[in-house]
This record gives sequence, structure tokens and C-alpha cells, in this order.
Amino acid sequence: MTVTDQRSMLDLLNGFVGQLRDAGLPVSLTENLDAMEAVRHIPIEDRDAFKYALGATMIKNQAHWRSFETVFEVYFSLRGPEYALTQSSDGDSELDDLWREMQEASQQGDGRGGAGSLDALTPEEIAHLLMQALMQGDQALMKALARQAVQRFAGMEPGRPVGGTYYLYRTLRNLDLDGMLAKMMEAAAQQSTGPNTGLEQRLEREEFEHRITEFKAEVEAEIRRRLVADRGVEAMAKTLRKPLPEDVEFMHASRDEMVSLRKALQPLTRKLAARLARKRKHGRRGPLDFRNTVRHSLSYGGVPAEPKFKYPRPAKPELMVVADISGSVAAFARFTLMLVYAISNQFSKVRSFVFIDGIDEVTDYFKATEDITEAIHRVNTEADVVWVDGHSDYGHAFEVFWERYGKDVGPKTTVLLLGDARNNYHASQSWVIKEIRSKARHVYWLNPEPRSYWNTGDSIVGEYGAHTDGVYECRNLRQLEGFVEKLA
Amino acid sequence: MAAELVQRFESVQQVREGLRELDYLADDGIAGVAYLADRLGKPILVEGPAGTGKTQLAKSIAELTGARLVRLQCYEGLDESKALFEWNYKKQLLRIQADKNSDSWNEIHDDIFSEEFLLTRPLLEAITADDPVVLLIDEVDRVEVETEALLLEILSDYQVSIPELGTIEAKQIPLVFLTSNNTRELSEALKRRCLYLHVDYPSMEREREIVLAKVPGITDALADQIARIVRSIRSLDLKKSPSVSETLDWARTLLLLNIETIDEQTAKETLHILLKYQTDIAKAAKELSVDE
Repeated sequence: MTVTDQRSMLDLLNGFVGQLRDAGLPVSLTENLDAMEAVRHIPIEDRDAFKYALGATMIKNQAHWRSFETVFEVYFSLRGPEYALTQSSDGDSELDDLWREMQEASQQGDGRGGAGSLDALTPEEIAHLLMQALMQGDQALMKALARQAVQRFAGMEPGRPVGGTYYLYRTLRNLDLDGMLAKMMEAAAQQSTGPNTGLEQRLEREEFEHRITEFKAEVEAEIRRRLVADRGVEAMAKTLRKPLPEDVEFMHASRDEMVSLRKALQPLTRKLAARLARKRKHGRRGPLDFRNTVRHSLSYGGVPAEPKFKYPRPAKPELMVVADISGSVAAFARFTLMLVYAISNQFSKVRSFVFIDGIDEVTDYFKATEDITEAIHRVNTEADVVWVDGHSDYGHAFEVFWERYGKDVGPKTTVLLLGDARNNYHASQSWVIKEIRSKARHVYWLNPEPRSYWNTGDSIVGEYGAHTDGVYECRNLRQLEGFVEKLA
Repeated sequence: MAAELVQRFESVQQVREGLRELDYLADDGIAGVAYLADRLGKPILVEGPAGTGKTQLAKSIAELTGARLVRLQCYEGLDESKALFEWNYKKQLLRIQADKNSDSWNEIHDDIFSEEFLLTRPLLEAITADDPVVLLIDEVDRVEVETEALLLEILSDYQVSIPELGTIEAKQIPLVFLTSNNTRELSEALKRRCLYLHVDYPSMEREREIVLAKVPGITDALADQIARIVRSIRSLDLKKSPSVSETLDWARTLLLLNIETIDEQTAKETLHILLKYQTDIAKAAKELSVDE
């Protein structure tokens, strides 16, 4: 590499690291230096190897990989011919083509692609071609069709201030992929010669679904590339930035984000449980353990050279979770319950109650099955939580809770109250919380709303909060995890 | 005396093909990171679910480079004397008693803290070895956070400081693999010193190839079906998804049972090889038999 090459490489990487940090990915200085060192050994033409080299040196957490990939794709997608990351070795200069295509598109403004023969096809023919490509799993054709579909159906115009999702929606609406799946299954059934068992069909369907997902991802990437070409890398990096799973807000999570949240929850609970168990074990030293000391003194000829101590075993807290599961905060309650039950062996006993305007105990749902997801599902469908109109009424719910279960609250009990305390202007009955606190070990309130919204409108978290040992903001997994660790 | 950085691999391609010959099917990421680790002289931290071939990767790389594998199995309570070095107390005592009268105290003192009385443990052994070695630090997430610090010196500088003896530097820089099942977050200091590699469940195509490579005598069609069913099962929300090694066990079982195509019945009857929790088995059996 010549000196100028190295300089431009340095600038390029620095810009990339800047983008990564903006996206919330921590990249330390040494990792940056490692990456610099790494790219010297990797031919920059090999885009995949280049990506893995940067990933291996800069990204040290699997949950961050997807964010990294997006930033990488955006940042390196259009760097002009001097940075063209093409696979020129095998003659497949797809990205080069793309680059030229983009240039053309932006110059002429009519978005004519280089896909040549595909231009002449009617929408029906495209749909037919796509179905064939999907059925045969023809990657190259799928890619070309994705490009063609975006160009034709998305209706992208330079400088139009709409997000990528809008274009994605427009493209996919025209392709009718759901109908496609049914048609593909039908065609496959006709073609198949072997025995057509249910299992075989299921596998077939999954294969097709998998390919359709791949195709969707390709369409999405294509749209992103075009948007980047239109608006520039910096602007796009900003709009495409996705929060890391642990930073996604419970109250505003989209469906995809919910899925990634649920995935993130599992390793998190495992880690949390391991950490808590360890914490319990490695507590302070207690008083001298006489028996153990004498036993060990035998190896020193009866001299107690190595004093042994009793380790205190702190009592595990008993937990009562009282959760609002009305629409706005349902997701939050669900995640908290999942988390609490996943580490339930850290507590001597866990009881859970859910309410909207009526309250119901759901402990048995969790006892009956090992599968937390199924229990949560039963909570949502079977629990008797509606009293009058199905609008949150904290006051009534608390009152009933006190009446029915108040006697079970004891000095070992920690009570967790979950909800946004938006009481729809009903009576607060905050005396219940005061009573609970006088009997219980601790009472905490977890609120999924941002702190700045508290006590605005019909939120009366302040009134309840005054009688608790603390109100905590739990907008995302990170905050929830922090709280639970403190609790156990 | 700084150790020379030996270059073991020519190219990413060579790593991948070498591994393939040993029946370890690496994807782009795995081969690329192994190559980089060699070039940069950095350890690799391999993370991923259990049974995806993390340890096997280290073994295969050792075989590929013709190196000896030095393995340190981590567990809770691992300490210096098990990981780095220990003084051979018995031998030291013998030495003192052997010539009680002749030597002056100073001489003995200097003498008993010499390399002769040092017992090397895996980490020290790996860097002082004369022959090429691959160091595997297995399941590093099992040690306590404090113990991780033991590893830092050797991972960044390839040296071990022994208070009585001074610093022992590496004669050669070994390839180092750390594996983790991700049961806890490793410290930043450790992660920073390593290249990071996440090994996930393989894609369907790769899994099929793995089955074909590892289970001799299996037919293409059966391998394909196995890979597809396993992918289908992994997409369910299970306590523990089937690992690659369990897939291979299943494939071998089916082969032993002389089964050529899997139907619902066989699948259900042999599910317990893939899945180890009763709830998981019940769930998968229910899902697989859905007739639409």
C-alpha cells in the first residue's frame, strides 16, 4: 500500500468507526487500531472477508452484529469507483454495475436499471418469473428480480423525504408474496412424485417461506442502496440506525423488535441467573467455622494455620408481582414476568397478579407448565382482569388485592408493582400501597414510561410512588435487568 | 527476546480448504478470522451456543498446522496454580534437606526458585514450548471475573511474570482460542485483546454438508431431509435447540435403523436424540404432526 492509499484507508475507517459509535456500538481505540492492522492483510476487493475482518476486530457482542452489518452496508455501499468493493477476481462485478446504475439513475432521474431484458416484461410475467426463481431457489435471478421490482413498483423519486419502509411496502404490495406462497405450495404438490406426507409439506412450506424472507431482505437492501445513492451515506446512516435490542423501548417496540427482544431476553436471563447465584455464594465472610478449621488443621499437624469461616446465606426474598396488563403496558408486563420467572429459583417464592380494572392471581399458570411463553399466553387469554369497562383502574385493583391477598404480605415479601399509573382519573386508593409497605419488606414501582411523562395527564405515579421504597424507570431491557439484579 | 510471528497460512482460501480436508466445514467468517488471528498474532474468542463446534475448531486448526493442542479447561475456582505455574514444594523441600550443611542460605534461596523447581501449567506450557502449539482455553465464561485477569498478560503480551523469577517471554506466539458459551458477559479487557468470532448454528446447506462429511454411508436425500427437519425444529421456541453434534447423532441413529426417508412417525420416535427436555420433545412432536 502506498502512503496515500494508507491515508485514504485511514480516513475511510475513521469515518466508519464514527458511524458505528453513532449507532451506539462501542468501539475502543485499540479495536480501531486492530482493524487498521487487519485490513492490511485482507484484500479489500473481497467484500465478505473485509466485512468479517472489521467485524472480528470491532464487534465483540453478537447482539450488535446486525447493527454493524447495516452500517457496513450503508457506509461501504457507495464509495465511488476508487473504493469499489467489487469481486472483480471472478468477473462478477455486480456492485460495480450497481454503482454505474445508480449514477445513471441519479443523472437521468428516471431510474432505468441495467437489468436489460427484464425491462420489457409485464408485471404478470415478473410475478411468474419470481415464482419460478423462488421455487428453484435461483439466487441470481432472485437478486435481479428484486432490483427490477424495486425499480418498477417502489416509485422512488430523488429527494423525496419518505422512509425506506414506505417504498418497501409499495414494492411488496405489488408482488403479493403471501398469495405467492399458496401458489407455490400448490405447484409443488402437483409436481411432486413421491409420497406427500404432512411432514414433507411442512418442510416444503418452510423452505419456501425461507426463500421469500430472503427475497424480502434483498428488496430491502436494494431500496437502501438506492436511498443511499440519493441522499448520501451520512443522512441514511442516521435514518437507518436501529437501536440495540437492549435499548428498544417496551412501549414502542415494533413486531420485529419484539421478536429480537424476546431473543435477547433468553441469554440475558441465563447470565442474570448465573450472576445472582455467584453473588449469593461469594458474599462476605461470616464468623469462624470452628469445626472446619480444626479439620483443616490436621494437615498442618494440628496447628490451625488456615482459619475457615462460615459464609452467610442470605435469605432469598419472596416476591409478589402485581402487573398492569392493559394494552399500553402489556408488553412491559410480559417481559417483566418472563424475566422474573426465568430466574425464579433466585426467590424463595414468586406469586404474580395481573389486573386491568379487576385483578386475578396467575401464579398457577406458571406452575402448571415449564414453558413461560405458554403461561404468558394463558395469562393474556384466561385471566379474569376486567371488572367494568376494561380501562385501567389501579385504585380498584389495589383495593381488591388488599382485600383478598393482603394477609399474605409479610415481612419477607418484596412487592413489585408494574405499570404506568395512568388511572383514567379514577380514585387512586393509594392508602393500599401505604398499608402494603408497612407490612412488606420492600415495595417497588416499575414504570415503563420515560421519566419526563410521569405525573402528566392521568398519570399519578407520584402519588403511589410516595408510599413505595422507590419508583424506577424501566423503559428497556437494560434498565429492567439492572433493577432485577439489584432486587435479588 | 521477542518471539517471532510465524505465518502459518497463506490465504483465507487455504485455511478453508485445509479445514475442509479435515472434515471441518468452515464458513467465510470462521476461516477469515482464523487467518487474521495468525497474521495479527491475536487470540480468537469463539462464542456461540453449545455444540456448534467451537472446541472442534481449535482441534482442527491444531491438526491442520501440525501443532500440539494445549488445553486449559476453565471452571469456577480455577486459580494461578492450576492455570499458570506452581512451585514444586516437595522438590524444594528435598533440595533444602539434601545438603543442609554445605550451602549457604543465599545459595539455596536462589537455587530453589529456579526453573528447575517450576511446575508449568497449561498457559505457561503453551508459551514455553519449543514445538508449535495451539492453546485452547475452553469455556472461559466459567471462571470468575477476577480470574479472567490471570489471562490478560498472556493474551496481550504472550508472557508470564513470576515474582521470584522474573518475566518469561514466549519462544513462539501460539494460536490461542478461547471459547465461551456466553453464560455471562466477559470483561471488556478480555474482549478487547481478542478477535471475536461468533459460531452459530450452521445454515441448512452447510449442515447438510456436515452430515454428509461426518456420517459416512448416508445418502444425499436423507442428509437433505435431516438438515431441513433440524432447521424446522430450530425455528421453534425451545429451551435448547438441537446442536450440530445432536444432528449428527440423529443422522447416525437413522442410518443404523436403516431408515431411508423420514416420515412423521420415525421423526417423532427418534426426537429424543435431538432434544433433551421433555417439554421440548412434546412441543416439537406436536408441531411436526400438524397436518394442513
